[in-house]
Amino acid sequence: MTIRHQIRQNTYFDSVTLMLVTNQVKKIEGVELAVVGMGTDYNIDSLKRLGLYKHEFDAITPADLVLCVQTADEASGDAALIAAEKLLTAKKNIKGGTSREAIPVSQEASAKMLAGANFTLISVPGAHAAREATISLNAGRHVMLFSDNVTIEEELALKEKAVAKELLVMGPDCGTAIINGVPLAFANVVRRGEIGLVAASGTGLQEVTSIIHRLGFGVSQAIGVGGRDLSEKIGGRMTLLGAQALANDPQTKALVLISKPPAEKTLEHLYRELKQIYKPIVIYFIGADPDEIRKAGFTPALNLEDAAIKACELAGKKPISPLMTDDQIADKVSGLQLPGKWLRGLYSGGTLCDEAQRLLFDSIPEITSNTPVKGAAKLDDIFKSEKNAIIDLGDDEFTRGKAHPMIDPSLRQERIVAEMADQETGLILLDIVLGYGSHMDMAGEMASAIVSGEKRARRRPAIFATICGTEDDPQVFSLQAKKLEEIGVFVFPSNVSMIKAVKAVFSQ
Amino acid sequence: MIQLNDLFNQPVKVINVGIPSFADDLKKQGVPVIHVEWRPPAGGNKKIAALLERIEHSQEVFHTSKG
Repeated sequence: MTIRHQIRQNTYFDSVTLMLVTNQVKKIEGVELAVVGMGTDYNIDSLKRLGLYKHEFDAITPADLVLCVQTADEASGDAALIAAEKLLTAKKNIKGGTSREAIPVSQEASAKMLAGANFTLISVPGAHAAREATISLNAGRHVMLFSDNVTIEEELALKEKAVAKELLVMGPDCGTAIINGVPLAFANVVRRGEIGLVAASGTGLQEVTSIIHRLGFGVSQAIGVGGRDLSEKIGGRMTLLGAQALANDPQTKALVLISKPPAEKTLEHLYRELKQIYKPIVIYFIGADPDEIRKAGFTPALNLEDAAIKACELAGKKPISPLMTDDQIADKVSGLQLPGKWLRGLYSGGTLCDEAQRLLFDSIPEITSNTPVKGAAKLDDIFKSEKNAIIDLGDDEFTRGKAHPMIDPSLRQERIVAEMADQETGLILLDIVLGYGSHMDMAGEMASAIVSGEKRARRRPAIFATICGTEDDPQVFSLQAKKLEEIGVFVFPSNVSMIKAVKAVFSQ
Repeated sequence: MIQLNDLFNQPVKVINVGIPSFADDLKKQGVPVIHVEWRPPAGGNKKIAALLERIEHSQEVFHTSKG
């Protein structure tokens, strides 16, 4: 066994690139352990924990790149480092291209190269994100803040500044937006239309916009605001600015609002302001009482698909059927026998995982989760399912130091194989989130894990999958569905229809 | 009408700071985008970065107060 390393001073790579390269290096023959990362405290800890730390690392800073591998022998160690270098160089070349054009190192320099730039998409580490957002706002540009780990005080200061300038700050921790038909970060390709959305939930927004598209309608704007916008401290500043802009927008005929239930004080203010808008508004406050929303004069939605249907009904002024009727769902799974008694939901989308738990809670007992809704039990060990486990693999506990399961399928693949080997697993649920930002072939990756899991375990639980996306997405909805259906996976057009099928099977 | 509504009538032009694939995705769709080769300020030296931030903040306060 040998440990080889390399330090490249003042060489920066973003975290997603580094995680993807680390995963590829780990797959090289002879590599036992690998760390490819910036010299941050977290990575230094990882090196120590893995027993890879050397005194040469004492002087490294977060601006230095560290490559370190443990291999069976020296030759494979050298080969792994060369391979890692090549992978990183390839990533740099895609980024920089082959042209001799100078690559800007600051927003100020890039603004000179792109006249009329009106948006800054920020995904730097959280500690530096507010600074970049401030620079953008000062220059009069809207902000999409993908970065997380921004403090609530920073968020408040940014949003106060933005509201004064009537600029958007979408975020922090905002993964999804569609502005003027352009999908930003993790978003689907949907047609333009008459429904405007404001949402504090990334996958929630992806699911609703995709369903709107598949129901034949379209989206004027989809504005993300970050999960804390309707907290007492932030007071719904961006939600209100976004809603006001959609109210003024002649293209928008109906509005949709999606969020966790707001803080009490924020809710009063929000309702007061929204009542000034003379356009129909659909509200889905996840887990809140729909009657309260109705009493306040708005149209409540019962779930994400229902939010899309109600918005389409209001925009189109006609009744709309769901993507799959209850009869179609019952027919699809009629007579299905499960080889074990437990359900195992392996989600990559947090809001979809949350929705599944809420919809199943009244019909299936003993639900457990790493992110339990009220009444469900918290898993003791998030890496080991118990009873009817519905898990969000995109939660921070799983993604610390790893890429999100919408980008990197490996964590979910391992979990599929493990769940299939459990003699008590009867049914596995998966969500496949398409669109820009996401993996280019998640269905194919899941299918290969299912095939190898079956070979290894010599048993096959039933597998249901929901696909969040559209035919126009780069991955193409129908092609992804086909890959799963070919190996006997039951594919559903929405999370809600998949959960209805689960209920049908468990009541048989 | 608020200023934000102007955005809805303009082509989106993006400065991307951080994950390069976000810029690649926009390029593929023909959206004007420029990727910033971002590095931690002051080479990751927290002390110098904090000093720089204080200087930037005081400059901002100065400009704001001058109106």
